[in-house]
Amino acid sequence: MSVDLIAAVITAMTLAATPLLLAAIGELVTEKAGVLNLGAEGMMLIGAVVGFGAASLSGSAAVGIAAALLAGMAMALLFALLALTLLANQVATGLALTILGVGLSALIGKPFVGTPLPRLPQLNVPGLSDLPFFGPVFFAHDFLVYASIAAVFGVHWFLEKSRWGLVLRAVGESHDSAHAIGYPVIAIRYAATIFGGAFAGLGGAFLSLAYTPMWAENMTAGRGWIALALVVFATWRPFRALAGAYIFGGVTIAQLHLQGHGFDVPSQFLSMLPYLATILVLALISRDATRIRLNTPACLGLPFKPAQ
Amino acid sequence: MALKGIRKEFPGTIANDDVSLDVAPGQIHALLGQNGAGKSTLVKMIYGVLKPDAGSMSWEGRSVEIDSPNAARVLGIGMVFQHFSLFESLTVAENISLAVGGDEPLARLAERVAAVGARFGLAIDPRRHVHDLSVGERQRVEIVRCLMREPKLLIMDEPTSVLTPQETDVLFGTLRKLSEAGCSLLYISHKLGEIQALCHKATILRGGRVVGACDPRTESPRSMAEMMIGGSFAEAHREPRPPRGQARLAVAGLNTATGLPFATEIKDVSFGVHPGEVFGIAGVAGSGQAELLAALSGEAPVADPAAIKIDGKPVGNLGAAARRDLGLAFVPEERLGRGAVPPMDLTENTILTGYRARKLTNGSWIDRTAARDEALRIIADLGVVARGPEAEAASLSGGNLQKFIVGREIGQTPKLLIVAQPTWGVDAGAAARIHNALLALAEAGSAILVISQDLDELFQLCDRVAVLYHGRLSTPTLASETDVQRIGLQMGGMFEAAERAHA
Amino acid sequence: MLRLEPRREPSAAMVYGAPVLAIALTLIAGSLLFAALGHNPAKALRVFFVEPLSSAYGLAELCLKATPLALCAIGLAIGFRAGVWNIGAEGQLVVGAIAGGGVALLFPNGGSAWLVVLAGLIGALGGLAWASIPAWLRTRFNANEILTSLMLTYVAGLLLQYLVIGPWKDPMGFNFPQSKTFHGDLMLPKLIEGQRLNAGAAIALLAIIGGWIMLSRSLLGFQVRVIGLAPAAGIYAGFVPRRMVWFTLLLSGALAGLAGAFEVTGPIGQLLPSISPGYGFTAIIVAFLGRLHPIGILAASLLIALTYLGGEAAQIMLRLPIAATGVFQGMLLFFLLACDVLIRYRIRFGTLGRKGALS
Repeated sequence: MSVDLIAAVITAMTLAATPLLLAAIGELVTEKAGVLNLGAEGMMLIGAVVGFGAASLSGSAAVGIAAALLAGMAMALLFALLALTLLANQVATGLALTILGVGLSALIGKPFVGTPLPRLPQLNVPGLSDLPFFGPVFFAHDFLVYASIAAVFGVHWFLEKSRWGLVLRAVGESHDSAHAIGYPVIAIRYAATIFGGAFAGLGGAFLSLAYTPMWAENMTAGRGWIALALVVFATWRPFRALAGAYIFGGVTIAQLHLQGHGFDVPSQFLSMLPYLATILVLALISRDATRIRLNTPACLGLPFKPAQ
Repeated sequence: MALKGIRKEFPGTIANDDVSLDVAPGQIHALLGQNGAGKSTLVKMIYGVLKPDAGSMSWEGRSVEIDSPNAARVLGIGMVFQHFSLFESLTVAENISLAVGGDEPLARLAERVAAVGARFGLAIDPRRHVHDLSVGERQRVEIVRCLMREPKLLIMDEPTSVLTPQETDVLFGTLRKLSEAGCSLLYISHKLGEIQALCHKATILRGGRVVGACDPRTESPRSMAEMMIGGSFAEAHREPRPPRGQARLAVAGLNTATGLPFATEIKDVSFGVHPGEVFGIAGVAGSGQAELLAALSGEAPVADPAAIKIDGKPVGNLGAAARRDLGLAFVPEERLGRGAVPPMDLTENTILTGYRARKLTNGSWIDRTAARDEALRIIADLGVVARGPEAEAASLSGGNLQKFIVGREIGQTPKLLIVAQPTWGVDAGAAARIHNALLALAEAGSAILVISQDLDELFQLCDRVAVLYHGRLSTPTLASETDVQRIGLQMGGMFEAAERAHA
Repeated sequence: MLRLEPRREPSAAMVYGAPVLAIALTLIAGSLLFAALGHNPAKALRVFFVEPLSSAYGLAELCLKATPLALCAIGLAIGFRAGVWNIGAEGQLVVGAIAGGGVALLFPNGGSAWLVVLAGLIGALGGLAWASIPAWLRTRFNANEILTSLMLTYVAGLLLQYLVIGPWKDPMGFNFPQSKTFHGDLMLPKLIEGQRLNAGAAIALLAIIGGWIMLSRSLLGFQVRVIGLAPAAGIYAGFVPRRMVWFTLLLSGALAGLAGAFEVTGPIGQLLPSISPGYGFTAIIVAFLGRLHPIGILAASLLIALTYLGGEAAQIMLRLPIAATGVFQGMLLFFLLACDVLIRYRIRFGTLGRKGALS
């Protein structure tokens, strides 16, 4: 096992984990505020197609990322309008968002299928990136990879140490009490939902701009849903989400490497690994009902109806 | 604070009609009235949670419009709600920090919290998590939270409904200190005794209108009661009698282990309820009532099947439906969402628990006609005010829904009826009707178990009373051989002190 | 500022009006979409919604397409009513197709006209078995059935791919990923000479009627409704939530599996890498559009089937991408959810005044 191989594996794991992490960290914030947005898959796809299209048309990756961010936010805004203002059932609305996202992204992406795209510039830290092993592994990744790690730290700090993070947690705990104190529950939830959408969009953009620089219909292949499962697995804690995303990255990579190493298992079964792993992980973590109950934001998925 | 001509209407009811009152500085002003009279609605408008449809408010002589709780707090108005607005998973300090606002570091805030608490005799530890606190302690947190902003007017909505008599005395001491320091108090209650002990002035509401204003220290309780209720009617009352015969419900060494995060588990509880007896269990909220009730009704499994026996038969391993087949009926504390399905109509809600006892099914098919007839019967028997059996449960008022649920359970002529909080939040007329229905059932030979936080109710209805505290039950005593003070001590956990006081 | 004012009681008019309003809004939005894609909206709408209905063939196709939608939707709706969210109907449909197709492949030379019934039953069993996994995971491990059933959908799709590319590939099929075509004994009988409409449609209709009777008149249906509307009341009444989870998941799985078997023993006639344009997911829309009520589902499945046909027609006649169908369907669900609010609330514009309720 050469050092280069390990470096390559870690790099591959990082690439696989990043879209999951981006989407998961966004959804984590949304759910901490009490909003259950199941539309992650749809938002990621829209982010992917808009990011790719914008980068392709403008020639700039930055424009692509920015466009994906905005597109994700727009989708989340749609969700928020329905679920928070019009008090629609959050589960159904999230599903609607996914269905719409899948269809809309296929439509928008039609002209871009098969067109190539130059890779995103890597954020090479000068000097450090040339270190053997540590260089490529830690310091030569795409901008979004660093952004995802930074987001984990940022969200953790925000939720645990900042005032508005406390307020957001309170809103997710008991929206009636927060309202009684006078906090703008709906506004806070809008903000949390839009944040989730932004990051889901970024996760999608990473897929279409960095992971496999191309657009194909349904290219997320369920990653949005896996990200949702990750949030549960992480019991709504940012660092656990980080660990979970990288474990999943590992599973994805293992599947590819097993295929490459001539394991005599049909490729389709290996492709099932991430999904089966998700099921396993969900079963294990949900089993402890008490722990789930303690950590779940108490108002998750409940519509907030201001009292008359 | 002065209110003039306040009016508030909701779809279908006029909650407040032309209400006027004045609260002087340092005055403890009672807002007296039975459940549903409009007291909560009125103070919500003072606190900015609701807006009046008509009328005016003035503060310290100036006319004001209070359009949010923030605006009220800025003026110097604080409110302690009946249903606490605390965040369970956060600490006391974090809760207060949320309420108080600002960027004060938690450590310094915690010190201030302890200081304010000490000054007014309310001991609390800022570092504890709210979910660990008792109900009385949580109320203290709510009060300290208000006091941190140095209010000039403090509104308290039915504060003693969750306290033991001893805790009530402590609270009154605190409130008197506040009043002496110049803070006005608007004190909402329907308990005449407390108003008399504490308040300088009382405004009495009935049906949304002011029907009287007086000095409770000089006015007779009888006249206040009549103003509050609008006439007098026979309250249910029963002479306590000792149990006879075999226990219908025999609980022996019951232990629960629900595993739920903040549950109060039942520990080694034993008691019996006999045919024709009304047995009461008192206790402050959170003493284990919910866990005990779930174990008795069959909604939560119990490890030892013989710990609960109905007519000698072990039922600990039987589900709710099987226990109903043995003659059990149950009125739960939560009405909408548990006792009744809110969007379903009364006919379907009748089927909910009555389909077995009242034969409302034909094999696996529902007999709608029979169910409707049964619903009509319940409506008539208990005088439920509703459009008819097709009315949605959610459309009924609290008192009427409770009458319906009680009527539905009694209508099954159960051998054993368990009732939790039978008249909480219910107006006096409906309460009397429910009490009378319960007593009639007992006269007919059923065993009745009443779990309530209202001591007056328990003493009205029960033959024997026991107290639940932290999952343990005191020795049951005949109601005529105990009193509110003694029960109060037991509710606070002082089982031995209660014995000594009695001896 | 938008404000919601609760109605004293739910508006019966809106219960029927909301879907109609949603359809109208979708048509408007769809017209804008067509215009943005460079097509004449009126012409596109006609191609989409009117063209398919203009011939006997079209009407038969409509019922044919509506069959899997209706079968899946009625099962899903019963589950949704109980608060059980089976999002993996598509996976159960695929497994049902595999199971039913497997039976068909076992009898390449036919044998008896009843074999197709066997294929259907085994298909239903396949879907039921696939749905039993999320049921078990939820009742035993408290795992969210939305995520588990969805993950299994991806697994099912991969399984089908493996089979048609590998062991079940037709050796005479020029190496295309497909199975042998099924013998006539294993194909559903046609209902009308010359059309593709088959007996599956009649079964779907029976399923809808059966669902209606069960929900409205049986004690089981009552339990389903109570557990969904107020779980604590269900427990209080002695109903067992776990049983509801199993019952609804197994039922919807069986119906979806049946739909899958009908697809491959019906219009498709063999196993292919993809045997469903997402019927299992679209059935969710059908369920909601139909208000989770059997009659509504009947109507909604026809409407959504129309969007499928319309999408195909538009692709041929206007060269509109087939993805437009998915967008239409998604928009419809969106608008429906938005309009539903009108059942319990009135919309009021303007800021808070001195009069009126707070928000």
